[in-house]
Amino acid sequence: MRGYFDCFREEISTNGTTLAYKYSMALAGLLFVFYVLMHMYGNLKILWGAEAFNGYAHHLRILGEPILPYEGFLWLFRLLLLAALFVHVGLALPLWSRANKARSTRYVVKRTVRATFASKMMRWGGVALLAFIVFHLLQFTILKFNVGSGQFPDTVVDPTTHETIANPYPLVVSSFQVWWVVLIYALAMFALAMHLRHGVWSAGQTLGLTGTPAKARAWNLAGIAIAAIVSIGFIVPPLAILFGLVGK
Amino acid sequence: MRITLNVHRQAGPSAPGHMETYQLDDVTPDMSFLEMLDVLNENLQDDGQEPIAFDSDCREGICGTCGMVINGQPHGPEVTTTCQLHMRSFRDGDTITVEPWRADAFPVLRDLVVDRTAFDRIIQAGGFISVNTGSAPEAHSVPVPKPQADRAFEAATCIGCGACVAACPNAAGMLFMGAKVTHLGELPQGQPERWSRVIDMVKAHDAEGFGGCTNIGECAAACPKEIPLDVISQLNADYRKARSKVKD
Ligand code: HEM
Ligand code: SF4
Ligand code: FES
Repeated sequence: MRGYFDCFREEISTNGTTLAYKYSMALAGLLFVFYVLMHMYGNLKILWGAEAFNGYAHHLRILGEPILPYEGFLWLFRLLLLAALFVHVGLALPLWSRANKARSTRYVVKRTVRATFASKMMRWGGVALLAFIVFHLLQFTILKFNVGSGQFPDTVVDPTTHETIANPYPLVVSSFQVWWVVLIYALAMFALAMHLRHGVWSAGQTLGLTGTPAKARAWNLAGIAIAAIVSIGFIVPPLAILFGLVGK
Repeated sequence: MRITLNVHRQAGPSAPGHMETYQLDDVTPDMSFLEMLDVLNENLQDDGQEPIAFDSDCREGICGTCGMVINGQPHGPEVTTTCQLHMRSFRDGDTITVEPWRADAFPVLRDLVVDRTAFDRIIQAGGFISVNTGSAPEAHSVPVPKPQADRAFEAATCIGCGACVAACPNAAGMLFMGAKVTHLGELPQGQPERWSRVIDMVKAHDAEGFGGCTNIGECAAACPKEIPLDVISQLNADYRKARSKVKD
């Protein structure tokens, strides 16, 4: 593992690639932004009940048919996201260690003027997001374990079309009836909001798209807006389930 | 005014550093910060102690040599250089902590003096234009549009003091580089080397061990010449274009 990151560090020092690394991180980050917006939109369907939510899950699986096989698009997109995650995290780590080495002796007194909570939390907040992503995938995609009670079939027969379709609805509802699951998700959405609030602006600047004060303001506002929309949009379904507005 | 000073003392480049406390009773509000240190040094010499080594040259805010971190802020609490900072910015009875620039690319030579030749090597790598010397060219022979001239001039006010690096949580030199790339890249005279310049400067920057930028903005807040953050966007944009134009 050490040798793996050392080669990244050497690449930076000999070829001057801090900017290239940041550029790749920004592109991967913007792909994540697009993805979380779509994902949040899909989750909101649960407010309209089992049919709407399971129907959405089904449509994701048949997207691109018949050119793509069943779940073809889904798997392509998952692979793309996984690759982007390797790029994003794999380049964040050598840049992080480089920043530590660039100031090996710290100040006795240091005052920050422009830094925000969000901008200071990018690295540790990113680590928190990574931990959350692993937990989230195990819970709903890989193991599909239920912290509540009951076991649910993976598929269900659609009452109107009589097709056999994916059945994520009961597991999601049952999970978010547990208060500490909702708490974990609320904390994760706070971390995501902070990461997006600085990250979207940072990506604009890294890609060199903030060359005038007006453009810089627009990217900064986009960061605030996307952070608010995504975090609120994601946490509404779990709260609605916890308080019994959905799934009762 | 009565001032307590907490100053970093270090006998040489590889000697261990420590903080030393001094009392100064006869400070007047009209003294510049450097004059205050001059008085302290006279007292120290009278007592047979080593005076505090610090850099200064013009003492009128234009050369950029007088860098030191004052109460956690490069050049202290005002938007100006240390030589143009006056004791009226402090209060009677204040304790002031004074440290050298902290960046491994700027190693401490002694007390508050650091070696900033890393910046010179970045300039050598690309911060120049090629012209015939000898007779001065006719000033109007190369017209420069007003907006470009203004932006180039704003960027050209960078005095290479290094406060941006000292303030940056990553010890990155991006504001300095952005200023040079913008200053020369906006002018017709800077076009022939425009794309190789940015690649060579970034390469030199990374080889010197500066960190990577995370767009936090502490640099622009600390800059005594108020170089705006958007020069980093221009640096990033030029670097992106250069990578597709220049084959190394
Ligand atoms: C999985 C763990 C993650 C880690 C460890 C991580 C880490 C980081 C770090 C260290 C930065 C650079 C900090 C800066 O520029 O100030 C960053 C930037 C960014 N991240 Fe993440 N991140 C993660 C996940 C995500 C996710 C899930 C998203 C989107 C939903 C995201 C979107 C962004 C964006 C847009 C940027 C800005 C890119 C730039 O600075 O140029 N990241 N991330
Ligand atoms: S950009 Fe500002 S802070 Fe940085 S070296 Fe130039 S004048 Fe100093
Ligand atoms: S001594 Fe020249 S800028 Fe301060």
